[in-house]
Amino acid sequence: MEQTYAIEMLNITKRFPGIVANDNITLQLKKGEIHALLGENGAGKSTLMSVLFGLYRPEEGVIKKDGRVVEIKDPNDANALGIGMVHQHFKLVECFTVLDNIIMGVEPCKHGFLQKAEAREKVLALSEKYGLRVDPDALVEDITVGMQQRTEILKMLYRENEILIFDEPTAVLTPQEIEELMQIMRNLAAEGKSILFISHKLNEIMAVADRCSVLRKGKYIGTVEIKDTTREELSRMMVGRDVEFVVHKEPAKPGKTILEVEGITVASKTHSKDAVKNVSFTVRAGEIVCIAGIDGNGQTELVYGLTGLEPLKSGKITLEGQDITHAPIRKRNTMGMSHIPEDRHKHGLVLDYTLEDNMLLQRYFEPEFVSKVGFLKRKAIRDYAGRLIEQYDVRSGQGPVTVARSMSGGNQQKAIVAREIDKDPELLIAVQPTRGLDVGAIEYIHKQIVAQRDAGKGVLLVSLELDEVMALSDRILVMYEGEIVGELDPKTTTVEELGLYMAGAKREGA
Amino acid sequence: MKEQKRSLLRNNAVQSLLASLLCILIGLLVGYVVLLLINPAGAGEAIVTIVKNFMTYSRRNAQLKYLGSTLVKTAPLLMCSLSVLFAYKVGLFNIGAAGQYVVGAGASLYCALAWHMPWYVCLLAAAVAGAVLGAVSGLLKAYCNVNEVISCIMLNWISLYMVNTLLTRVKETTSPYTFTLASTNPGAILPKLPAFCMAWFNDNQYVTIAIPLAVLAAVAIWVLLEKTKLGYELKATGCNKFAAKYCGMRENKNLILTMAIAGGLAGMGAAMLFLTGFEQWQCTQSSIPGMGFNGIAAAFLGGLNPLGTILSSYFIQHITNGGAYVDKTMYSAQISDFISALIIYLCGFVLFFKFALNNWLDRREEKKAAKAAESAEEGGKAK
Repeated sequence: MEQTYAIEMLNITKRFPGIVANDNITLQLKKGEIHALLGENGAGKSTLMSVLFGLYRPEEGVIKKDGRVVEIKDPNDANALGIGMVHQHFKLVECFTVLDNIIMGVEPCKHGFLQKAEAREKVLALSEKYGLRVDPDALVEDITVGMQQRTEILKMLYRENEILIFDEPTAVLTPQEIEELMQIMRNLAAEGKSILFISHKLNEIMAVADRCSVLRKGKYIGTVEIKDTTREELSRMMVGRDVEFVVHKEPAKPGKTILEVEGITVASKTHSKDAVKNVSFTVRAGEIVCIAGIDGNGQTELVYGLTGLEPLKSGKITLEGQDITHAPIRKRNTMGMSHIPEDRHKHGLVLDYTLEDNMLLQRYFEPEFVSKVGFLKRKAIRDYAGRLIEQYDVRSGQGPVTVARSMSGGNQQKAIVAREIDKDPELLIAVQPTRGLDVGAIEYIHKQIVAQRDAGKGVLLVSLELDEVMALSDRILVMYEGEIVGELDPKTTTVEELGLYMAGAKREGA
Repeated sequence: MKEQKRSLLRNNAVQSLLASLLCILIGLLVGYVVLLLINPAGAGEAIVTIVKNFMTYSRRNAQLKYLGSTLVKTAPLLMCSLSVLFAYKVGLFNIGAAGQYVVGAGASLYCALAWHMPWYVCLLAAAVAGAVLGAVSGLLKAYCNVNEVISCIMLNWISLYMVNTLLTRVKETTSPYTFTLASTNPGAILPKLPAFCMAWFNDNQYVTIAIPLAVLAAVAIWVLLEKTKLGYELKATGCNKFAAKYCGMRENKNLILTMAIAGGLAGMGAAMLFLTGFEQWQCTQSSIPGMGFNGIAAAFLGGLNPLGTILSSYFIQHITNGGAYVDKTMYSAQISDFISALIIYLCGFVLFFKFALNNWLDRREEKKAAKAAESAEEGGKAK
């Protein structure tokens, strides 16, 4: 007899104008298994999931549940079929309690009155059964990200979903929380739930999944048994070539102090509490200092304060001996501060500008590119852009005149890296420089950052990826709730220790 | 050969032109249908009349004269559409061109009629008044985060009644209109074109340097936006103000400067009409002159290109004037406004048509690529 699958997506093809997002993709999820869906950004994972949830209708292909063809026209159909999803960004009401969030939409009612006691019992039973520790009466805004995620999982279980989809669930968690999540997933699978685990982190897939399907550029590459495969093989399937995981670098030779930060405090835009509290550190020439921490612990605001995008509440910043605490952004940039911003679409690029105009953003006012009466020297600009494109291997459809919006994320990022590094800065501030990029581009950008260090520049790297932190940094500063709670040496520390600091469980001098 | 054809259709200017022509065509078509419904007998003739405008006259001299009249009113419209376009390129919607136009009219007429200033001072005064009003909206946006659309709409009405009050001091006692320039201060009338040019318009007395000046302004705006450092900065601010801030541009300064320039253009536009003596200001009017609003339409119909707006401004003025010749026994006098309103309404679809065209091209290319891949595959198998 043929194996029955909990859910099958057979030969799904979904086209968008100008692109085939899913090209004949087949995904079969067995009952009770943890099935990983692996692929780089833009490989078509999200489109496939949107098809499963009825947000898109595929041009070709069918979806089967327990062997029967089903039609999913909208998310309600998906819910009725027992398909639930934990989104990367949680869909919780912040000012509701955990219990309220779980029952929201399917509240048990009698004569129009809520029956919360009944719901609470059910939730507590579920949380007991699967080891999902939550406090049902806590407000969502007061609980940790890990507990928020467990609330999301309980939401699916409360609705008696059989097929659970986890979309990049570990991005916001500490190593300890990740380990806990893995255990929860194993428990769920053991109880007969089918789990689809979307990720691009190979270690996690190797640790928890039973099988893994790989997508690349909208195409289905294959499905492998995890016990028969290796990390290297998976990465080769995902990228299409061999990838180096190790960044080669010599020991750092720190020189003079480039950046000195003394007790800076930055207000938060969303909370009444300060986002950065009395932070001090230095960056010296020839070293990579890395700010590690879980997303939302003040790293973004710290960088805004350093670069001048947000004013400081107090404190002092010195760049190469000069006080730049109140200097305008242009002054900081021309004094030797380069900034690879966290959000390349928001800050890094003018998407409707051409590639050459984007490469000019930090230099358009220099006499090399503008005449005395204010006319742009188009030829000089094109030559300059051409040189950067060649030197930094930025690929685009029409060279310098390609509109930035039409370029791939990796090449957009390369263009920003080229622009910021070619300024020949004294201090390079790189925030999440490899976010959302494919492995090849990550490799390249890491090499560029190390090259800057070796050229005697100071590098301040802000990253959420622990692998990146461990691979690149010469010194690690861990940020937790707006404070620097520890300084670690990557050569002597472990990922586990780093995780304890990031979670606020451990701090220096305490 | 085919390759070339495709790249031509992809060209932005060609797309804009095609989309604009399509809008005009659909507008005329819908207009025709409505005319048919009102009175089937004269519909065809009415549409032809509107499109023909001054060509309805059989005498060549009359044709030339009324071509001149159309151009006289095209100049201010072009200035208003440049005002809207310039702000739009910097990410601002200058619905206040109407109000800036009004204060421009007020300033130029007051300088001319109350203070007996020469024309160039009046022209300058109009530009300054418009710029100041524009800058007010810019300041409110930059420092108080007031949406420019809201402040502009309110300023439009404030300007109208302010100007009505001001110009009442220089109005004729028996009518609601301001004094004529010819009787009060001929020195304020804009200089006529050289004699050989005037002959092109059968010596239409209202044809002045305003017309070439407006075209020059369009070219200047194009150069400013496309070729200069200021244009680069302003457009960057408009496309992505966060990126502009990130690379050290001063976005607040840019905002205010943009609104001032836009306001100056619209204000000067008013002077280019009222300083010809073609119209007098009616001090009792209670609705804002439509010139500024039509400028929005002309800007979009022109594909948001300064040079395109020269054509679109002329076209809109052309059919507006043409409407005056429609048989009034069959249709009411507002019919021309109605037809031009239809076309203006459809102008909003220019961007949509461009989008649809690009989609269609994408799909065609995709199919072609798929076919090519297929045949290549088959070729491979055959081997």
